[in-house]
Amino acid sequence: MRVTFNVNGRPQEADDVWEGESLLYVLRERMGLPGSKNACEQGECGSCTVRLDGVPVCACLVAAAQVQDRDVVTVEGLADYAKDRAAGRCGTGACGTPLGEAQKWAAKPADGQTGESTEAGDLSPIQEAFIDAGAVQCGFCTPGLLVAADELLERNPSPSDQDIREALSGNLCRCTGYEKILDAVRLAAARGASVTAGEGV
Amino acid sequence: MDFLRPASWEEALAAKAEHPTAVPIAGGTDVMVEINFDHRRPDVMLDLNRIGELQEWEVTEETVRLGASVPYTRIMEHLRTELPGLALAAHTVGSPQIRNRGSVGGNLGAASPAGDSHPALLAAGAEVEAVSVRGTRLIPVEEFYTGVKRNSLAADELIRAVHIKKADGPQQFSKVGTRNAMVIAVCAFGLALHPETRTVKTGIGSAAPTPLRARVAEDFLTAALEEGGFWENGKIIPPAVARQFAELVSGAANPIDDVRGTASYRRHALGVMARRTLGWTWDEYRGNERTQSCA
Repeated sequence: MRVTFNVNGRPQEADDVWEGESLLYVLRERMGLPGSKNACEQGECGSCTVRLDGVPVCACLVAAAQVQDRDVVTVEGLADYAKDRAAGRCGTGACGTPLGEAQKWAAKPADGQTGESTEAGDLSPIQEAFIDAGAVQCGFCTPGLLVAADELLERNPSPSDQDIREALSGNLCRCTGYEKILDAVRLAAARGASVTAGEGV
Repeated sequence: MDFLRPASWEEALAAKAEHPTAVPIAGGTDVMVEINFDHRRPDVMLDLNRIGELQEWEVTEETVRLGASVPYTRIMEHLRTELPGLALAAHTVGSPQIRNRGSVGGNLGAASPAGDSHPALLAAGAEVEAVSVRGTRLIPVEEFYTGVKRNSLAADELIRAVHIKKADGPQQFSKVGTRNAMVIAVCAFGLALHPETRTVKTGIGSAAPTPLRARVAEDFLTAALEEGGFWENGKIIPPAVARQFAELVSGAANPIDDVRGTASYRRHALGVMARRTLGWTWDEYRGNERTQSCA
C-alpha cells in the first residue's frame, strides 16, 4: 500500500508498504532516515522516539498505515523544528526539513577551537546541550532522548529534576550515562531561560 | 493482510461485522509488538485512529463515559478528580511514549491479567460498552474478563467506551515492579472507598488468570467498618482489621510462578498493598471528614 504523510514538515510518500509494517521501518528503510534507532521493537527502550502530530511516540509501535496524512518529526528534522518553533514560523509551508537534507544530516557543533559556529542552525539547543554536557556516549539512545527531551522543554521550559526523570523514563541508555543526560536537559533549560530573560519576557 | 481505515464508527462496525477476525488497532502498543515479533499475522487490521469520538470522554452526574482510545496521558491530565484510581494506574503504564498511545479500551481488548487499568476499573465499578451492528450492550467489567487474554466480546463487537463510576470517596492503586517505569506488574491492587453506599471495592491484577475482585475481603471490611461505626466516627481502623483484610485479599488471588515473580511473593505483596492502600485511603477519608466538620 501507499502511505502519504508529512515527515519533518514536508509531504512524503512511501510505496509498497506492507500492512503490518511499522512507522520506524518506513522511516529507516524506505525514507533513508536512520536517525530513529531500531532496538527493542516493543516500546521498551524509546530509541525510536519520534513526534506524531506533536506527541512523542515509539515509531516501532505505530503502524505505518496509521500515519496517513499525519505529521511526523524525526531527530533529523529536530534542528529545523526547534528553529521554526523559536521563530514562531510554520503553517506557511516555509518550514521543516527537505528529505534530501534530512538524509544527509550530521551534527556540526560549534568549532571547539575557534568557538565559531560552523553553520548556524545545524543543531537544536537540546543537541548543543547534549554535546556540551558530555551526554553522548555510544550515541545509540541519543536520538530518542533528544526528541523526548526537546518535547519536555517545549511543554515545560523549566522542569524539575523529577519532571526530567519522568519525561525520559521511557528512554533507556545502556551506557548508563543518565547523570550527564540529566545535566544536558538542565543546561538546555537554563540556556532557554536566559534567552527568554534576554528578550525581557 | 488488509488494513482497513474506517473514517467513522458506523463504518468500523460494518467492517468488523464483515471481517470478524479483524484485529482492532488503536495505539498499537500491544498489537504492534506481536506483529513485530511475528507472534501474530492477522488477515485484517482495523485502524481505529481515525474515529475521533473514541478519543473523547463525557462526564455525567454519576459516571464518566471514557472513549475506548483515550490515551492514558489524557486520563492523568484531565480525569484525576473523577477517576483518581484509574489516573494513578494510568500513571504507572509503561512510559510517556506508551501512555501517549495506549488506552483503557486496548487494555480491555487485550485482557491481559497484568493490564494496569483493570484493578482500578474493578474497584471503581465499571461497565464496558460493547457495540456491533446488532446493537449495544453494557457488560459489567467483572464479567468482561473470561480468561488469560480472553474477554467476553463477540467476534463482531468493538469496544466503544467504558462507563466508570465517578469516585465518591478516596481511591488508591498500587503496583509492584522492578522500577518506576516500563514495568509489567508483578502484581497490582486497586482499592476504592464508597462512602455513599458504605462499601469498599477492590481489584487484583496479575495474580490470577483474570483480574478479579477480592469479594470476601470487601465484605469483611464493609461489615467491619459498619459495625465499628467507622464511617461516622472516622476513627483509625484497628490493625487487626487491616491485617485480616490483607490476608483475605491475599487469599483471593490465584497466582502462578513466572519470570516476574513467584506465586508466594505475589500473595505476600498483595497483602502488603492491601494494608497500605487501606491506610492511605482511610487517612484521606478521615482528613476529608475532619475538614468538612471544621469548615
